[in-house]
Amino acid sequence: MGRITLENVTKRFGDVEVIPPLNLDIEDGEFVVFVGPSGCGKSTLLRLIAGLEDTSGGQILIDGNDATDTPPARRGLAMVFQSYALYPHMSVRKNIAFPMRMANVDQAEQDRRIAAAAAALNLTDYLDRRPGQLSGGQRQRVAIGRAIVREPAAFLFDEPLSNLDAALRVGMRLEISELHQRLKTTMIYVTHDQVEAMTMADKIVVLRAGHIEQVGSPMDLYRTPRNLFVAGFIGSPKMNLITGPAAADHDATTIGVRPEHIKVSATEGTWKGRIGVSEHLGSDTFFYIEDTGLSETITVRAGGEIDLHHGDTVWLTPDPTKIHRFDAQGDRIA
Amino acid sequence: MARAVSTRTRIGYTAAAWFVALLIFFPILYTIITSLKTEQEAISGFSLIPSFTLSSFEAVQTQNDYWKPFTNSVILSVGSTILALIVAIPAAWAMAFSPTKNTKNILMWMLSTKMMPAVAVLVPIYLIFLRTGLMDTRIGLTVMLMLINLPIVVWMLYTYFREIPGEILEAARMDGASLKDEILYVLTPMAVPGIASTMLLNVILAWNEAFWTIQLTTTNAAPLSAFIASFSSPQGLFWAKLSAASVMAIAPILIMGWFSQKQLVRGLTFGAVK
Repeated sequence: MGRITLENVTKRFGDVEVIPPLNLDIEDGEFVVFVGPSGCGKSTLLRLIAGLEDTSGGQILIDGNDATDTPPARRGLAMVFQSYALYPHMSVRKNIAFPMRMANVDQAEQDRRIAAAAAALNLTDYLDRRPGQLSGGQRQRVAIGRAIVREPAAFLFDEPLSNLDAALRVGMRLEISELHQRLKTTMIYVTHDQVEAMTMADKIVVLRAGHIEQVGSPMDLYRTPRNLFVAGFIGSPKMNLITGPAAADHDATTIGVRPEHIKVSATEGTWKGRIGVSEHLGSDTFFYIEDTGLSETITVRAGGEIDLHHGDTVWLTPDPTKIHRFDAQGDRIA
Repeated sequence: MARAVSTRTRIGYTAAAWFVALLIFFPILYTIITSLKTEQEAISGFSLIPSFTLSSFEAVQTQNDYWKPFTNSVILSVGSTILALIVAIPAAWAMAFSPTKNTKNILMWMLSTKMMPAVAVLVPIYLIFLRTGLMDTRIGLTVMLMLINLPIVVWMLYTYFREIPGEILEAARMDGASLKDEILYVLTPMAVPGIASTMLLNVILAWNEAFWTIQLTTTNAAPLSAFIASFSSPQGLFWAKLSAASVMAIAPILIMGWFSQKQLVRGLTFGAVK
């Protein structure tokens, strides 16, 4: 079981309140991603759940039991760190065995769990190596292996992929998702990368300055961002946020249109502009349209084979059903 | 970009380095040379060519037993080092991993005790030793040597511990390690190189310590530093014998230092280099 409830949890460092009173429910078996820009308090929140930081107020319940003052070792949680945090003087086998050794698990059981974890994570051939002799991806797998063998109530991941190169990151992302599907254990995952958040999460928690801006499934956040911050943060490339007369036409201070919800035409449309930069990715083409008379450069996502280039004049038509409207406070207008 | 250094400049630097090194080493070299001379040669003026006699060494060994102060030196230096590590590892751990706003002040205060001349506390310490029956005992001197080197040991370990990433210790905590497990299974093994160089340096410092060993011992607990001193005054100045005694006193530590050069250099740079 791994149901985690935060009730009015706060954290102050000296006079600075990094987490104002915060409430959150994490269901058993859920994959929850904390996402937000750096300094938004997402790592601090994770460390509060882990017990590596003391709360300044409020309660943390794990499976209904108050764990606010329980030391990290006894919360039954396992953590994977950004820097992997492997024990450099121990072999891979001993690294993975360490939490079981601390829990006095008998040797036969230790061997069985190590073998299972190593097989699942493709580490069988590396068990006798030291962490220093492994690649970044392998080290991260060892860190995950060390977390798995504890059979924890929940896994905590603190930006585990940010030290890996792009190709490896995609691979590891898949592996962690598969792991979650197989183990069905609660996972809390911290990242600043909204793509990781979108692809992995059952539930995304968007944080800014310690506040929860919105909680919801990836598609909820994509379809109905509650405010400008979430609108701008979720989705890649970013949503076009347009102010001025174009927004007033829709009775809003700001309107948002995602790049994939704008149609490009060489002949007709709502807004006329000129292609500044065009990025041809093969599968998609991104156009950055200038001179539209709108408040900002408009990003448009078009098909991969489209034959338009820098300097061409184009017409843009936003899908009227996909226009997001925001008021002067930046909140969504229903 | 690497600076281009001409061969001539390089030869110049090498020569200068050798010159300085020889200059520093010369007193030791001359002690060795003098120890191989007869007493006559030794007082007859400057000469780099001895007659290679071992008579001084024989005389030293017959006059005073070498092995007793040697054993004392080993016990005092190793004993005080082990004792210092037992006290300093937890202290440095606390300062490195859960510092308070006074940690820096405590570290400075500890170091400041090394800035005070030892002679300033001679009388109180002498009296304490006298009253408690610690005078001329190995245990008393071991504790004394431990205390005078403790600030340096704590400082060195502190700088080493600071280099260990905190996340690894947090990982250990998440993995269920108690404070004891954390220090025993994670921190200490990772700090072994640092602890080793601290240990070596402290053994050398304790071995060479002369002020307190001479003041607080007579015969029972006297280590080699006091052994050398015993050759200087009472019987007048016997240069060759004094040199022979010095050579016998410094030889073990010199050999040990030679074999552990790498660790020592690391230790002396005080964790300044990664």
